[in-house]
Amino acid sequence: MSAITDLSALALRDAIAAKKISATEAAKAYLHAIETLEPKLCAFNEVLADRALLQADDVDRRIAAGEALGLLAGVPIAIKDNICTSFGHTTCSSKILANFQAPYDATVTQKLQQAGAVFLAKANMDEFAMGSSTENSGFKPTHNPWDLSRVPGGSSGGSAAATSARLCAAALGSDTGGSIRQPAAFCGVAGLKPSYGRVSRLGLVAYGSSLDQIGPIGRSVADVALMLQVIAGYDPKDSTSVNAPVPDYLAKLDEPVAGLRVGLVKEFHSQSLNPEIRAAVDKAVEAFRTAGATIVEVSLPHSRIDIDAEGKLSSFAVACYYIVATAEASSNLARYDGVHYGHRTAERVNDIVTLYSRSRAEGFGEEVKRRIMLGSYALSSGYYDAYYLKALKVRRLIRNDFDAAFKQCDVLLGPTAPETAFKIGAKTADPLTMYLSDIYTISVNLAGIAGISVPSGLSTQKLPLAVQLLGDSLAEDKLLRAARMYEKAIGVSELKPPVSA
Amino acid sequence: MSHPIDEKTVRHVALLGRIELTDEQVSTLGRQLADIVAYVDKLQELDTAEVEPMAHALPIHNVLADDVEGPSLPPEQALANAPQREGDLYKVPKVIGESQ
Repeated sequence: MSAITDLSALALRDAIAAKKISATEAAKAYLHAIETLEPKLCAFNEVLADRALLQADDVDRRIAAGEALGLLAGVPIAIKDNICTSFGHTTCSSKILANFQAPYDATVTQKLQQAGAVFLAKANMDEFAMGSSTENSGFKPTHNPWDLSRVPGGSSGGSAAATSARLCAAALGSDTGGSIRQPAAFCGVAGLKPSYGRVSRLGLVAYGSSLDQIGPIGRSVADVALMLQVIAGYDPKDSTSVNAPVPDYLAKLDEPVAGLRVGLVKEFHSQSLNPEIRAAVDKAVEAFRTAGATIVEVSLPHSRIDIDAEGKLSSFAVACYYIVATAEASSNLARYDGVHYGHRTAERVNDIVTLYSRSRAEGFGEEVKRRIMLGSYALSSGYYDAYYLKALKVRRLIRNDFDAAFKQCDVLLGPTAPETAFKIGAKTADPLTMYLSDIYTISVNLAGIAGISVPSGLSTQKLPLAVQLLGDSLAEDKLLRAARMYEKAIGVSELKPPVSA
Repeated sequence: MSHPIDEKTVRHVALLGRIELTDEQVSTLGRQLADIVAYVDKLQELDTAEVEPMAHALPIHNVLADDVEGPSLPPEQALANAPQREGDLYKVPKVIGESQ
């Protein structure tokens, strides 16, 4: 059965439509893979086996009846557990929502359902998407299929590990500071953070509302494009979604962008970069040149990385993010009050503030508490101007740098993460070290532009390497085509890890 | 401009965030928050006097929906996840008259 799970989402979709494979066979092949490998990987919070088989059966019935099929008819997928589904649970990998059943579907859930996708599972994540390793899950850490002693990255670690290990054909994640791109890089798959407003956030449990964006993870750029095609578009129920037409991302995907100008981000290409990752970026430069692109050096001064005498890294973007994101989180997570839904303390309490505070103390993990407190601090009287307002001004400077860069080039090129997948437990003791995992991805969210991580082969330790390409707001079309040019030029796609079906 | 985060500040911020902390957490979180705040103080290196703050990536401001009646969640669904309820109401401990 492994042949089915090795097919790309696109190839599987076509094989099902051509009646070479039934949707039921596809669902069963993936459910079998999950049964075998999920105990090792812990990628999922909930497997929706019965529902998946019913959905697959429905697709088969429609194919037999000759009915029109959606773009993903019969393709088994997983979605991150912070995206609402009216079936199963939506836990955000938090004890506070362990029993929560969403009363409605997210817009992306509806769109996937309409496209005929088969929902296999809700994927594990860092609690409320706060983290870079999936170790902050309130339930269990997910393991990297390339080396089970390593993290899959985060926060969409379950989605990335499952896609890589062939436990699903593709998946949805969410990205607030790098949470799709960094785990995609660590697991050897492609992951896209669409530009802000491209995909509806209705039904995405809010973390940092001005930064959050749902996006696809797939084993190739084409699969990512296919998934984006289904989920993109204006949603009148999300006031921050953009009312702009959605291009056909697949139509010209294989056509090179004529006269493509690739901007090499000077600040991201310093000597301090991990040598293998630096070599991957150099290789990408050569690949683009070979494919006919022009390389221009660009500067993003406010996204630069500084190194002090002790070798400690610092970045304006990371500093800015940890104010903006935590301020928004402290407000967004105020809704978990132990009254309307979610965990309530079982202890007898005599006043409402203790009811809130104790329920939240019991339900939230350490990182969530830290971020709520940091955000409350940044917004509190006396610190608002110094921290929150200051961060919003720096955010503008970061955005201005991107605006200037995109006047000189079509896409930007740099690393996705400063390292390959690290060992489980390596960074849990020091929150700040963990925050630096997002040093190359975070400014993209602050600016609201699009970014994709694309695999570029394996390191000497046999761990996935990746590069990141960035595109201007709503320019996913060009970004995906450039990513596809790169993928073809280096000949790396659909990498298969040792732990996989 | 470094601000030491003393115990009083940690407890104040925890109250603002409605999170009960043990004494041990007060000291651990105090240290961690101080480290993070020292880190984000890097922002002070930049001159932003003439910079307009950016709260949002999109040039959109007040987005108004048409004022038309639509379906809303029926009470049974809205209350389905309530930790405690009585009829169509959320039930909470007495809020007035005791320790507050």
